[in-house]
Amino acid sequence: MKISTLLRHFREGAKNILRNGWMTFASISSIVISLFILGVFLLLALNVNNLASQIESQVQIRVFLQLDTAQATIDSLSTQIKAIPEVSKVEFVSKEQGLELLRESMGEENADLLEGYDKENNPLPDSFTVEVLDPQTISFAAKKIEALGQTSESNPFLSIKYGKGTVENLFRITNAVRNIGLVIVGGLAITAMFLISTTIKMTILARRREISIMKLVGATNHFIRWPFFIEGALIGLIGSVLTTVVLLVGYDRLIEASQFDFGLMMIKLVTLKEVGFLVSVLLVGLGTMIGIWGSTISVRKYLKV
Amino acid sequence: MIEMQDVWKTYADGTHALRGVSVLIERNEFVYLVGPSGAGKSTFMKLIYREEVPTKGQISVNGFNIGKLKPRKIPFVRRNIGVIFQDYRLLPKMTAYENIAFAMEVIEAPRRIIKKRTMEVLELVGLRGKHASLPAQLSGGEQQRIAIARAIVNNPSVIVADEPTGNLDPETSWGIMNLLEEINFRGTTIIMATHNKEIVNTLRKRVIAIENGLIARDVMRGDYGYEN
Repeated sequence: MKISTLLRHFREGAKNILRNGWMTFASISSIVISLFILGVFLLLALNVNNLASQIESQVQIRVFLQLDTAQATIDSLSTQIKAIPEVSKVEFVSKEQGLELLRESMGEENADLLEGYDKENNPLPDSFTVEVLDPQTISFAAKKIEALGQTSESNPFLSIKYGKGTVENLFRITNAVRNIGLVIVGGLAITAMFLISTTIKMTILARRREISIMKLVGATNHFIRWPFFIEGALIGLIGSVLTTVVLLVGYDRLIEASQFDFGLMMIKLVTLKEVGFLVSVLLVGLGTMIGIWGSTISVRKYLKV
Repeated sequence: MIEMQDVWKTYADGTHALRGVSVLIERNEFVYLVGPSGAGKSTFMKLIYREEVPTKGQISVNGFNIGKLKPRKIPFVRRNIGVIFQDYRLLPKMTAYENIAFAMEVIEAPRRIIKKRTMEVLELVGLRGKHASLPAQLSGGEQQRIAIARAIVNNPSVIVADEPTGNLDPETSWGIMNLLEEINFRGTTIIMATHNKEIVNTLRKRVIAIENGLIARDVMRGDYGYEN
């Protein structure tokens, strides 16, 4: 194809958007509405996912040591636990620190319960707090730590706790929430595709005559298809960029407002920086693709006549 | 040159539109196609610009075998045939100029030449001043002139016109006929289906009458031969 012809197709595609004012409006509206709904759910799903991750990341393994464990053993165990691939962080909590933490967590009004316990009289064992890279592997990591103890002659571990059962339930719930989010977003994406392509099909239906005249003056199918292809892409692009801007500006305002209003509720929204790129690429890519797809399919149908 | 040899056209519903038509139309002829509605005139013309293919028989247009034409080649045959309709068939969202230029863009002519040639044919049809008007802003006669301009802009060797004066008043019709005669005079073959008795009987040309899918008459400088 000649460059001048390609330029002509671009000119013609852009002109058609203006020439078919109302049809363009209908197509862009359907893209904006569908993608907006999709985008809202996408942001919701991303936040739910983030929330689930936050909750999950709070799970950790507590490894309690025998009361008389020697410092050398403690050091060697610390190194060994750190060497487990799933483990991200190992923190030694001495019995003194443990008592301090316990006091803190019980609060002012229950302080008297711990009265009498001090440096000399401390019933707590030394312990490790272990965090894992992927919270979902916590029980696996716990088993590996347990195995470390069984290799030595006298098991240095008093007990290993990670909320067995509770943690598994938590993961079942967070995974279910994630999957539901994925299904909703996927379903909406498909619905949006059909809604948009139907609108575009209708606008092209109204231009069947135009296509038949093009054929009559001797236009090749290729020549007819190009401006429609460009028109579809432009409509998809305009619609999706519009949606993305509205959505992200709105989301930015929401984050700003949430810092004051939900500040106390411990809910931390995903920042614009984290999701902006993903949401933009996804919506604009999908919008443009649907625009092209809708117009290409429809034109092909009428070219056969 | 257009040649048909024993051409049959049977539609899917079983109608025999043409039942063995053989005809030879030489270069630069002016032919009226007459006959009752539904006799096969439109089919005859559609076969020439390959809107339809013959069920049986052979058609050759400018040396192309229409029945055996590969779909990819159809556009290139049509570029050498200008088609004019009773209802003009202009693109409503394009200006007069754009409607004509479009037929040249299709053949990927350079923009400079498109501009020059489009203004030239606008001049020829007498509508240079209306180049920026949309079809809806033009009268029926003017719209038909734009349609004719579009049909001739690529210098086709054949013009096929299906009742070009069907929607026009007598005075405007004569204007269109003068234009077609002028185009014919410049060397283009014209095949025109019409129900206009006055035109056929005044501007004498070859008359081919089609009845029941057969050629009933084929007379040089013939007359209309029907009551209306």
